[in-house]
Order: sequence, then C-alpha cells, then structure tokens
Amino acid sequence: MENRITSLFKRKDENILSIYFTAGYPELNDTVKIISQLEKSGTDLVEIGMPFSDPVADGPVIQQSSEIALRNGMTIHLLFEQLKEIRKSVSIPLILMGYLNPVMQYGIEAFCEKCKEIGIDGTIIPDLPLEIYETEYKEIFEKNTLSNIFLVTPQTSDERIKQIDSLSTGFIYMVSSSSTTGVKGAVNEEQISYFERIRKMNLRSKRLIGFGIYDKASFEKASGYANGAIIGSAFVKALEDEGTETETRVKNFVQKFY
Amino acid sequence: MSYQSDDKGYYGEFGGAFIPEMMYPNVHQLQNCYLEIIESDDFRQEFKQLLRDYAGRPSPLYYSDRLSDHYYAKIYLKREDLNHTGSHKINNTIGQILLAKQLGKTRIIAETGAGQHGVATATVCARAGLDCIVYMGALDVARQSPNVEKMKMLGAEVRPVFSGNKTLKDATNEAIRDWINNPVDTHYILGSVVGPHPYPDMVARFQSVISEEIRMQLLEKTGKETPDYVIACVGGGSNAAGAFYHFLDDPTVKLIAVEAAGKGVDSGESAATTQLGRTGVLHGSKSLLMQTPDGQIVEPYSLSAGLDYPGIGPMHANLFVTKRAQFLSATDDEALRAALYLTQKEGIIPALESAHALAALEMIEFKPDDVVVVNVSGRGDKDMEAYLSYYQSTK
Ligand SMILES: Cc1ncc(COP(=O)(O)O)c(C=O)c1O
Repeated sequence: MENRITSLFKRKDENILSIYFTAGYPELNDTVKIISQLEKSGTDLVEIGMPFSDPVADGPVIQQSSEIALRNGMTIHLLFEQLKEIRKSVSIPLILMGYLNPVMQYGIEAFCEKCKEIGIDGTIIPDLPLEIYETEYKEIFEKNTLSNIFLVTPQTSDERIKQIDSLSTGFIYMVSSSSTTGVKGAVNEEQISYFERIRKMNLRSKRLIGFGIYDKASFEKASGYANGAIIGSAFVKALEDEGTETETRVKNFVQKFY
Repeated sequence: MSYQSDDKGYYGEFGGAFIPEMMYPNVHQLQNCYLEIIESDDFRQEFKQLLRDYAGRPSPLYYSDRLSDHYYAKIYLKREDLNHTGSHKINNTIGQILLAKQLGKTRIIAETGAGQHGVATATVCARAGLDCIVYMGALDVARQSPNVEKMKMLGAEVRPVFSGNKTLKDATNEAIRDWINNPVDTHYILGSVVGPHPYPDMVARFQSVISEEIRMQLLEKTGKETPDYVIACVGGGSNAAGAFYHFLDDPTVKLIAVEAAGKGVDSGESAATTQLGRTGVLHGSKSLLMQTPDGQIVEPYSLSAGLDYPGIGPMHANLFVTKRAQFLSATDDEALRAALYLTQKEGIIPALESAHALAALEMIEFKPDDVVVVNVSGRGDKDMEAYLSYYQSTK
C-alpha cells in the first residue's frame, strides 16, 4: 500500500517530527490554520485529534482540549467539512486520531471512504484492538489506502509486536512509557532498554516514539532510537498561550525543534 | 440461545474487549486465567467460606406479608442489604481480591458511584493488607459522604474526580487511566458487569450466588425452585446479573430490570439507558449507551449515585434486545416513595438504588399466586440525607 505516509518514510527516515493537536481547540475553526502552519514550519506529519467525551488513554492536557473542542461544537462531520479542501494547500501526511465510538456512529466504512476522498492517510484509534481490526475492518481501511497505526508499550510482548508489525502499513507508534498522554519526564534507563529491545527486533515497519516527548532534548533522544517522535500534549499546551495569533504560537513551538 | 457470554466475551452482538494497547497485557492475562482460577476447587472453597463467615451469607429470603397484601402477590425480598458492608457489592470484591492475590498484585484500584463498591473494595483490601485507591466523582463524594468516611477509616485513599459530570462514568475513566499508568503491580476491581471481557462474565459469576441461594430458599419455602418474577435495579447491572443468573435459561421466570428514569425518561435528566441509548463502545465493551448522534457520551442523571451511569453491561443489552428481560424505569420520586413505603410497612430502609426495583411493584399486574422476588441490593444508611428531605417534604 502506498500513501503519503509511506512516501514520507521513503524520503526521510530519521528525525521525523510528528505533531498532534485536538481539532476544534483552541477555537472551532483553527483546524486548517494549524495544519498549514505546522507544514510551513517544517512538521513532517500531523495527527488531527477527533475529540471524544471520555478519552481514557489521555492525560489532563488532551482531556481538557477535547472538552473545550466539544463545547466549541466540533464533530467528525464538521471536521470533514473543514478539511474538504486541505489537499489544495497541504501535502504532508495527515492522520486522524480518536476513539472508536464517534467513528462507529459515523459509520466505519463511510468514515474510511470520506478519509480517502479528502486525502487522509492514516488513523489511530486506540480502543480499536488489533484482533477486531484484523477480522472486521482491515479490508475497508486498506481499500481506502488508510494506514491504521497500532500502539506498542513497554509491556507489549515480542510476539505481539511481531503480529502488530505484520499488520502495520504506516508506522508503529511506540508509547514511550506505561502511561496516559502528557506524562513527561526525562528519558530513563528503563525506557532506553525498551527502545533498544524493539530496535533490535529488526521490524519491517518504521517506528515513531510518542507520549511524554516535549522539547528538543527529549525529541532528539527518542529519535535516536526510532525514525522520529510524536509530540502531543506539549503542543496542545503551547496553543493555549493567549495574546498571540494561533499561527505565531505554532511557528514558535515548532522552531524549537530545529 | 445462550444468554451467557461466549469465549470472547460476547453476549450476542454486545461485549468484547475494546481496550487501548496499554491495557492489553493485564486484560489479556485476566482473560486467559480467570476461569481456571475461579473454577478451581481451592478458590471455590475459600470464596464460599468467606461469603459465609465474613460476608454473612446466605442472605435471607424474606417473605413480606405486608407487601404481598398490598400488591396481591407473594412477594419475597432477597436481603442483600444484610450483607457485610451493606450491599451485594461485597460478593464481587471478595472474589476479585482472591484473584488479585493469586495474580501477585499488591495495589488495588476501584471506581465507585454510591460508595458501596468502594467500601466493599476497601474492606477486602484491609483484610488482605493491600493498598487501595478508590476513584469517586466529586459530586458523589458529596452526596454519599458516610461511605467516603468509611473508606477512609478502612485505610483506602479516596480520590475525587472532577471531570465530566463528576459521577460514576468519570470515576471509571480515572480508574482506567490509573491502570494504564500502573500496569504491573495493580489489579482493577471493577464493580459491575461492565468493562472489557472478562469483567462482565467474571463479576456475574461472583454475583450469581444471589440466584443460587434464591433457588434453594424458594424450594425450601414454597416447594418450587423458580419464581414467576425476579426484579432488580440496573446501574451497570451486577446485582441484576446475580439475581437473574440461574434463571436465565428458564423462560417461565420473568426477569424485570429496572433502570433509573431520574426526573423522567424524556426530561433530559435520566439514566434509562435502554430507552435512551444506542449501540456504542465505552469503558472497553460494546453495549447500549446514552450518546449524541455524534457518538459523544451523554451525561446521565439519577438521584441514586449507583444508577447514574450512561450504559448497562453487555449481558443486559443482550437481554434487552432479545426481550429475555423486560426493562422498566422508575423516577427519583417513584423510588423515594417506594423506599418510604418499605421502611414504614416492613421496617427495612433500602438503598436508593434498590428502591427503584421496589418501585416496579407498582407497575406490574400480578396474579395472586405469582411468586415475586425483589432483590434488595443494599441498605439505605448512605441515603439518609436524601430520604430525610423527602420524608420531611411529605409531612
Ligand atoms: C445498593 C446498590 N444497588 C445497586 C447498585 C447498582 O449497581 P449494579 O447495577 O451493578 O448492581 C449499586 C451501585 O452502587 C448499589 O450500591
């Protein structure tokens, strides 16, 4: 399968900077603005969060941004509407990230078709488990050239990682520590041995490390063990800075990583 | 047709394990070993003995003369309110703490709404000498304060949850997040027949002692093991699952599940999931859920903290769609009235949750010979504040 994710990794396979934000936050109509500015500032890949009322894998920062986004009126229908013309101006890979229930209510097949129509390249749905994806939805996703991205954690067994590797078409999302999003801390010994363990498995899939990456040092450290890293909560937090234009906040944030 | 779960945890189309990868090792381990452990002779013997000597089982099946006269049927009350800690919740926590010990876990987490499950968890943790953290919505901390004090005295840490409506759903979210952050040493004692497989089946099995006893007690009292009706309230559905369990495959037994209608099913302030919900995924399983057309979970409402939840367990969703059980709902006021009635006619102050089951007696046309069992899932000590203000308003 080929899409913008696979071609990105063909072009570049180190220090990939991937950034997450919650659609509808801080303002309902910031979505396109944020994506465009992320691309202009040098982000390689963008994960667009579809807010959910009960985000159990997320820490306080993304919980709060989701709550505000929903209060602002964000829905999947509206998000698709906002992204309708995105491919006229943006060419980096775009991934939609969110929980299963809103996607299920939209209709999984309809959702995947709409993603293809707009030019979305992948999805991350943390509470859609591997087994159910494989038996019920894999064909639908692949037909629409969508890479569904799976997570692995320090507790994931080698056997399961291999299974995930064989089903992955985009990259593997390595959760840096056993935690919800936004728990930051210096990359420690235990994490490094986990990163090393996975690196030595010689997986066919590319790997990005996420959760708790928040500044240049943690980004570089994580990138040293994978093809790049993902920043979520730290960026969402930076967006809340009042008093400047959204674009300026995005630019100032991304600049710190170069 | 079986009303039990299959080996993947499905009840018809409902159930399963929709969990993020971070929970996979723990949930997968439970899936693999729960049956072997809880069906082993040693486990069963210890579980049974604790239910008897520690929890005070069997709980009596009490024939209520005065309710029988009033409703023109033979009304029996299954007295789960007389259990240690005051509700059916202890049946499940005794089972799960034994399981947690076998798994080598040293730290226990739980969610609670009314505080009954929190107290029952804190109780077994005190006895087992394990650390206990209970997540409880901040609103529930305020409205069920006697239980908060009990948990603290039992040595548990009660962590108030301020997200969402600050009730049971939010406490459950926070307990799940805790488990994600503590994947090695921690066991999550979930308090109802909700959550990812194997929780619904495991909790139902631990609660099934309720209907096991009802059968024996009815046989002794009436010469027949099966009643015409079993009535129970449904929050997540654990007391109902336990009361229905050994009658599921006997179509002559009518199963009545009573949800909380709050201020009325159509008032916008309700927790009557089967009437207001659609199929969706929350807290790790597919079931009926109160949600917006966009799939955001709707905040439920009930005066009763234990029923204030936007979903029901997958077993009940299946009983509803297959019509094996009939689902009724009782409003806050109907429940309060039923609680006061039982208190004044029988000298039993039921939990506000259980009062919803009692309220259903008003809604069913019985025949004089009908044998009716109402599961009184808990006692009303924790609800005195709500009862007193209602009682004063009626004088
Ligand atoms: C006395 C009592 N009954 C019923 C419930 C509702 O739970 P379930 O539906 O799992 O029995 C609770 C929950 O807190 C309770 O305390």
